[in-house]
Amino acid sequence: MRQRSNGFLAIWAMRIIFYLLVSSVGIIVLDILWKGLPSISLSFLLDSPRRSGAEGGIFPAIVGTVYLVTGAIAAALPLGIASAVYLSEYAKQGLFTRGVRFAIITLAGVPSVVFGLFGLGLFVIFLGFGASVLAGSLTLACMILPTIIVASEEALQAVPRELREASLALGATRWQTIWRSVLPYSVSGIMTGSILGIGRAAGETAPILLTAAAFFLPNLPESPFDQVMALPYHLYILATQHPEAAKVRGMQYGTALVLLVLVLGINMAAILLRGRFRKKYRW
Amino acid sequence: MVETGERTSDAKIVVEHLDFHYGSVQALFDVSVEMAPRKVTAFIGPSGCGKSTFLRTLNRMNDIIPGTRVQGRVLIDGHDIYSNGTDVVALRRSVGMVFQKSNPFPKSIFENVVYGPRIHGEKNSARLREIAEQSLQRAGLWAEVKDRLDQNALSLSGGQQQRLCIARALAVGPEILLMDEPASALDPRSTARIEDLIGELREDYTIVIVTHNMQQAARVSDFTAFFYEGHLVEFGETQQIFTMPKKKQTEDYITGRFG
Repeated sequence: MRQRSNGFLAIWAMRIIFYLLVSSVGIIVLDILWKGLPSISLSFLLDSPRRSGAEGGIFPAIVGTVYLVTGAIAAALPLGIASAVYLSEYAKQGLFTRGVRFAIITLAGVPSVVFGLFGLGLFVIFLGFGASVLAGSLTLACMILPTIIVASEEALQAVPRELREASLALGATRWQTIWRSVLPYSVSGIMTGSILGIGRAAGETAPILLTAAAFFLPNLPESPFDQVMALPYHLYILATQHPEAAKVRGMQYGTALVLLVLVLGINMAAILLRGRFRKKYRW
Repeated sequence: MVETGERTSDAKIVVEHLDFHYGSVQALFDVSVEMAPRKVTAFIGPSGCGKSTFLRTLNRMNDIIPGTRVQGRVLIDGHDIYSNGTDVVALRRSVGMVFQKSNPFPKSIFENVVYGPRIHGEKNSARLREIAEQSLQRAGLWAEVKDRLDQNALSLSGGQQQRLCIARALAVGPEILLMDEPASALDPRSTARIEDLIGELREDYTIVIVTHNMQQAARVSDFTAFFYEGHLVEFGETQQIFTMPKKKQTEDYITGRFG
């Protein structure tokens, strides 16, 4: 009896914690919806900002964030998967690879502003990209790389040994086995890591603050070497740096809402894609 | 019939003084044995006796397990497969393998069978179809799957999956077929089908089969090797092993006194 009531208590405790968490997230989302929705209009989404963002829309910031996230994913995904494949399939397992793994996990927890500073030093100044879409994308890529590597490596190691053996026993080389059997099988796990990365890349302010984002730039970038506006940075400016911060509350919430929906949309797309892969390659 | 030990030139596989280690644990001790072409050789013995390990040394499948070590020689058609410069990919093309747990790829039936030919560079789709049909025919599965080659292989029953794995191995054109307890996870009817299949395949292939099931070894094999704790205790014609084993240990195992 005693054990049963203990279990009962534990389940209720977990349930209450769960409800608390869900409701606090819910309140945040509802608050943003409530205060942001009135500012959302077609012109808000499709116009350029005027008067330092006090009027007009946020179109350049939306486009800028999409560019930055796309660039970051395009750079980080191939690199991250390649690193994970090397680490898990080819590298001789020993002290050195253990050290590399530890370093990667540590990097995943490094504050984003540190990555911003690194990007400023490497891409903006040393490689001479200037503050630009390219430098910002690569900085964001560096930031999400550890997450993608760790998730990809876990996904690769979850591939059953039988699958590898089946391929190798047919005379496949190690590379053929990885390319034709191991990677397709682990793609859904790799996608999970990427989804987490995408969310972070879209939302972070510090890395792009130092490497890509412009405070006010009504025109769209014409090349990868141009600066862009970006949603999180725009939000930061409107909320804290704007001379009329209190007057542009609606704009702030509108921007936050758009950012939220954008991240949600990218994640949903990735989850749907993952679901399709899962169906195709279930063991 | 040839007598054990007298064949040297016509054996398909000759193993000489093979030792095998997993890290610091020795799994095989000084195993020497010969396997005749187009015959079925069965390895029997209790769990952990090294018979599966031994089977996997014949196509160097143990290479993928870190920390393993092989000493001694394994000659296939006179070539030592552990000598430097051996092309492991070519070796595994000529030495096919079927595993205990059927392991089709999570792809269509057709793609499973042509996986091997595809990686070896066959691109002609007519030729691939031909290979698929021949291999599935050979494995006795064609009639059951010919109308649904595009279905996922995992939709097949366990016995069908195992025959698909056999078809997949045959599609590469091996001369030797290694089978690691191919029927141990199957129901009696599917097991009987696999055994019949082995009977048909022995005409064209040199087959080496590991089995837990002594009746199965007696039914399907021409030669039997009895392993115990990493040692090859006795090797001979199946009939002799099962009717008048020379070693006491073999007799004890066969009559069910242990193992």
